[in-house]
Amino acid sequence: MIEVEGLTKRYGDKVAVNNLSFTVRPGIVTGFLGPNGAGKSTTMRMMLGLDRPTAGDVRIDGTHYDRLKDPLTYIGALLDAKAVHGGRSAFNHLLCLAQSNGIPRGRVHEVLDTVGLTAVARKKAKGFSLGMGQRLGIAGALLGDPRILMFDEPVNGLDPEGIHWIRNLMKSLAAQGRTVFVSSHLMSEMALTAEHLVVIGQGRLLADTTMADFIARNSRSFVRIRTPQRERLLDVLHGAGVTVVESGSGVLEVDGGKPETIGELAARHQIVLHELSPQQASLEEAFMQLTAESVEYHAHSETPRDLRRSWGEDWTGRG
Amino acid sequence: MAGIQVVRSEWTKIRSVASTVWTLSLAVVVTIALGMLIAALSKNEFDNMSAREQLSFDPTFISFAGMSLGQLAMIVFGVLVVSNEYSTGMIRTSLAAVPQRGTFLAGKIAVATGLALAVGLATSFATFFLGQSMLGPHRAEIGDPGVLRAVIGGGFYMTLIAMFSMGVAAMLRSPMLSLGILMPFFFLISNILGNVGATKKIGRYLPDQAGSRIMQVVTPLDDDTPYGPWGGLAIMVAWVAAALLGGYLLLQKRDA
Repeated sequence: MIEVEGLTKRYGDKVAVNNLSFTVRPGIVTGFLGPNGAGKSTTMRMMLGLDRPTAGDVRIDGTHYDRLKDPLTYIGALLDAKAVHGGRSAFNHLLCLAQSNGIPRGRVHEVLDTVGLTAVARKKAKGFSLGMGQRLGIAGALLGDPRILMFDEPVNGLDPEGIHWIRNLMKSLAAQGRTVFVSSHLMSEMALTAEHLVVIGQGRLLADTTMADFIARNSRSFVRIRTPQRERLLDVLHGAGVTVVESGSGVLEVDGGKPETIGELAARHQIVLHELSPQQASLEEAFMQLTAESVEYHAHSETPRDLRRSWGEDWTGRG
Repeated sequence: MAGIQVVRSEWTKIRSVASTVWTLSLAVVVTIALGMLIAALSKNEFDNMSAREQLSFDPTFISFAGMSLGQLAMIVFGVLVVSNEYSTGMIRTSLAAVPQRGTFLAGKIAVATGLALAVGLATSFATFFLGQSMLGPHRAEIGDPGVLRAVIGGGFYMTLIAMFSMGVAAMLRSPMLSLGILMPFFFLISNILGNVGATKKIGRYLPDQAGSRIMQVVTPLDDDTPYGPWGGLAIMVAWVAAALLGGYLLLQKRDA
């Protein structure tokens, strides 16, 4: 379990992470979602004690990361696949990590096998492709057989086979009861792996909810209608107090409407329908909408306050 | 014990990169070869020297002449051991594995220092005996007063130069910046400061000027250096301690 409480990171005037609080629970894959630059990597670095928080706290199983004895046996992380000395072989890279945490040498062979790098174990890491580097990073995360795993954008730059492999790996790790925390800027990727979602935008928490709840709450559902008797249907729907949006090429959309109600209404007035289908905006759209709101909120929040101040000054000046 | 684990891990790190082998072998080869060359030249020059110069002729110190160049390879070793963590991004992996930063740095410095000491002492003894063999009749013996101290001191000197470089690299992180400051400093600036009359009094407190005193057996005439061989080494140790402390404090404070 990872508990994040009031986590804040400031670089000068810029706030990268702003008062973030959430909990990552075991047994499921938790997706950590946000657009590029939202503060995901900074948050993850603070979780591992690499960056010092300006304020707030992160606890791994109730303890600070730097208080953990042999931390790789508690939490394994893939932050940056390139965080490897290129002149060192894959085996020696993993061996030095294992030794620093008292992990037996045999475990190095095991994880190399798990990620499929046994054949190139003695090769220098600088000759590795992006996918192989990613696998080496994952091998490092698995080394201590930890109860918590953390992956920062693990599918970035991978081929379809590699992406498929990582998805299955994360799901199986969670199925073993481990805590899996994975970041991504792609909602579609999260939809395939994550059961729980933590969404941030501009360093602030936007959502901390189950995937199903997130979809239900954030995606727009509407009914899509096509009809040759457009004018009549519009009249009827207006008469029934239903708001209709015309979305071009003769398609009508009713936000939040039920197809049953609309279908019955049309039948009662003998209107021919060519299409009557419930629709749901894609997750990607829902995510964009959510993060866009955070950006908008940010942009507007400054202006009214400034306006109010100048108004107030104006009033006092006159009074 | 976390400390032993870190030492074991750092030993794997240091022995598994090529730069360790080439920097240290370069230090050995350059120091010995140049030392032998200068010893051979000095032997031929001896008869042309003035009586005064002959009196302050220091065969032991002459066999260490190669260290002026060999120390540069030790500097590269010290800088790379620390800074390649940063230039490769390995530091984030390393600190995630060992979040106790003091332990991490101490383990790394201890392993690299141990290796530098072994290589430094071996080099120092080799360069002494091979250098003396070149000096023929003017040679010094290991049993002569002060000679053993100078030879062991030569090993300490090479080790301390490497340690100082580790401290500087821990502060600066970038290998290019560290080498760009250390190499010209020890090869040129320190020599200039130490030999120009106006700055001599300051120059002799620089780490290499003070530290190299341990390798002298015969004190030069009209020498007014206010410290002896061990005093000089202590000054160098103080510089090393300051550099390492600076590196430690910055490592503690900084984001990785």
